[in-house]
Amino acid sequence: MTDGTGITPEQGQRHWAKSKGLMWFTLFVWFIFSFGIHIFNGYLNEIVILGFPLGFYMAAQGSLIIFVILIFWFANRQNAIDREFGVAEDE
Amino acid sequence: MKGDFTSNLGRIYGTYTGGFAVFVILLAILEQVGVPNAVIGYLFVFFTIAVYAGIGILSRTMQVSEYYVAGRKVPAFYNGMATAADWMSAASFIGMAGSLYLLGYDGLAFVLGWTGGYVLVAVLIAPYLRKFGAYTVPDFLGSRYGGNLARAVGILVLFSCSFTYIVAQVTGTGVIASRFLDIQFELAVFVGLVGILVCSMMGGMRAVTWTQVAQYIVLIIAYLIPVVILSAQRTGVPLPQIMYGEVLQQISALEIEHGGAGGYLEGARAHLEPYTSYNPLNFFALILCLMVGTASLPHVLMRFFTTPSVRDARRSVGWALLFIFILYFTAPAYAAFAKLEIYENVLGTAISTLEEIEALPEWVFIYGNLGMVTICGLTGGPEQAFTAQALFDACQALGVDGVLTHAQFAINRDVVVIATPEIAGLPYVIAGLVAAGGLAAALSTADGLLLAIANALSHDIYYRMIDPQASTRRRLVVARILLIVVAVFAAIVAGTRPAGILAMVAWAFSLAAAGLFPALIMGVWWKRTTKEGAILGMLAGGGVTLFYLVMTRYFDMELWFGVANISAGIFGIPVAFLVTYVVSLMTPEPSKEMQDFIDELRRPHGEAMMQEKTSA
Repeated sequence: MTDGTGITPEQGQRHWAKSKGLMWFTLFVWFIFSFGIHIFNGYLNEIVILGFPLGFYMAAQGSLIIFVILIFWFANRQNAIDREFGVAEDE
Repeated sequence: MKGDFTSNLGRIYGTYTGGFAVFVILLAILEQVGVPNAVIGYLFVFFTIAVYAGIGILSRTMQVSEYYVAGRKVPAFYNGMATAADWMSAASFIGMAGSLYLLGYDGLAFVLGWTGGYVLVAVLIAPYLRKFGAYTVPDFLGSRYGGNLARAVGILVLFSCSFTYIVAQVTGTGVIASRFLDIQFELAVFVGLVGILVCSMMGGMRAVTWTQVAQYIVLIIAYLIPVVILSAQRTGVPLPQIMYGEVLQQISALEIEHGGAGGYLEGARAHLEPYTSYNPLNFFALILCLMVGTASLPHVLMRFFTTPSVRDARRSVGWALLFIFILYFTAPAYAAFAKLEIYENVLGTAISTLEEIEALPEWVFIYGNLGMVTICGLTGGPEQAFTAQALFDACQALGVDGVLTHAQFAINRDVVVIATPEIAGLPYVIAGLVAAGGLAAALSTADGLLLAIANALSHDIYYRMIDPQASTRRRLVVARILLIVVAVFAAIVAGTRPAGILAMVAWAFSLAAAGLFPALIMGVWWKRTTKEGAILGMLAGGGVTLFYLVMTRYFDMELWFGVANISAGIFGIPVAFLVTYVVSLMTPEPSKEMQDFIDELRRPHGEAMMQEKTSA
């Protein structure tokens, strides 16, 4: 029972194109919060919230929170895409 | 109890957590009625190992899919917990806060690098490996790149990154056990070895999964409690992760006040200032190597083979990172509280008379005697007692008069977490709890690594390459023998206290990143990737990385662009991608069957692609 869906090759391609779009967007967000904003740590450190300079805070907590949310968001989006093209697993 | 084990997980682990709390309270009462500390330490170590062993034995199995992938029945939430325990080693538990203490802002490269990689795991790799239904990472490489050569190269990279790592974990269990049981290190390594084997031998992945969940619960409780209490004492609010903002400001104020010429903090790194230890290139290169390495380490990836579905595999990565986050966003708070304590109560205090030295905080003498605090060049140990008198003599001999300065003070990074109970003036039971947490962290990671190595030997080498006709029974017997052989070998190496190997642990990330990452993701995301391209890419990427690591460490080769040894993957990763790409284009396109295989891999629907023969 490896391919019971019987989707057409076109559908398959559209599924993959959309998955790839999601992949690039997710990696873009990942890149921004892994590297992009930390380049500006000097400027961000001028802003202090609850004692935390913002540049330090983003590296110590902020980016990590974004990563956690990003993964759950990605998982939901990818599941929705899989359902849309009828290639999701049976519930 | 109604229903099977997996439908009762919440109740089982809830009871377990409650039981653990009762156990800690019971020990606290025992301590109050005068039971000696040594006994408390023994009870902590033996009780927790006995519980893990119990879970390991209850999870014994004679089914191949249970042994290798826990029957693919582990819910996303619990797999997340197990992955977090698998991932966080003794170094994360004990060492990371200390690195943040020493490096300040630059140490956050580790916090970022060891978390962000999970985004790559969720998006690029884990769901596809789950869909394929691999038992091991080389298993996937062997199927995607048609044959045993790709499999063998994958195993080679796996060994080179996982073996040094497991030696470090076994050493970690030995260090913790020897300190808290007050036994010889070599004997303590043996205790650790037994702890590792009882968890994994009878039930393979199934046993390791359920002990790792139990170990996560112990380690996270043990990590949070001391710093939560310390935060409540110092700031009035038991939320260290938020309250250390204030502490950071106090540290900065002290640095400004006393950091100038002649001040007692002269020469101390500014805690919040970027790039005091690494330049920007090294800071970002380190983040990249740690992230890509995380996404390639076989003992992490294989945890996602155990979920019931592809959907669960994705969600499980989110849970894993959430559980890891709880520890990693607390570590900088540990560092800040420890730094403030040292800047306020140790440094800057007068040390010109014996009475003044005797007034130093008690924890300084406790850890000084363990050789973990050095003042005026005096390091305690078996030959040299770290007493007020000895310290007075040492400082007088150096002509240090007036106050203790940053230049005369050194601290081992492990002290930051271990000494927090004493800094907060907490009873010994909390120190025992921290030891149990550190032991749980080291054991859980060692178990994951042991399975990754032993399974590559038993599944990939023995079953796939040597005897594909082997019966189920025979495969499982071979798997267990190899497990013991690898564990004993790791313990023997650890028993020699190999300083070189411990320094090489950081290499694992760069080696995995350059050796495995390109072959894994290109195999899924670029259909044109050929067998030849992937094999040469793995060899070239791993080779360049290894060359740089060995040449810069042992042969004084000049650094390329000043990139530190630990970030060697920054050269290997692009080389691997480039070689894979160019060679793939030069070799014939993969067959129609392989292209269909990749299409199938990309669609979650249907069963796992690699099915175990149900009967022999």
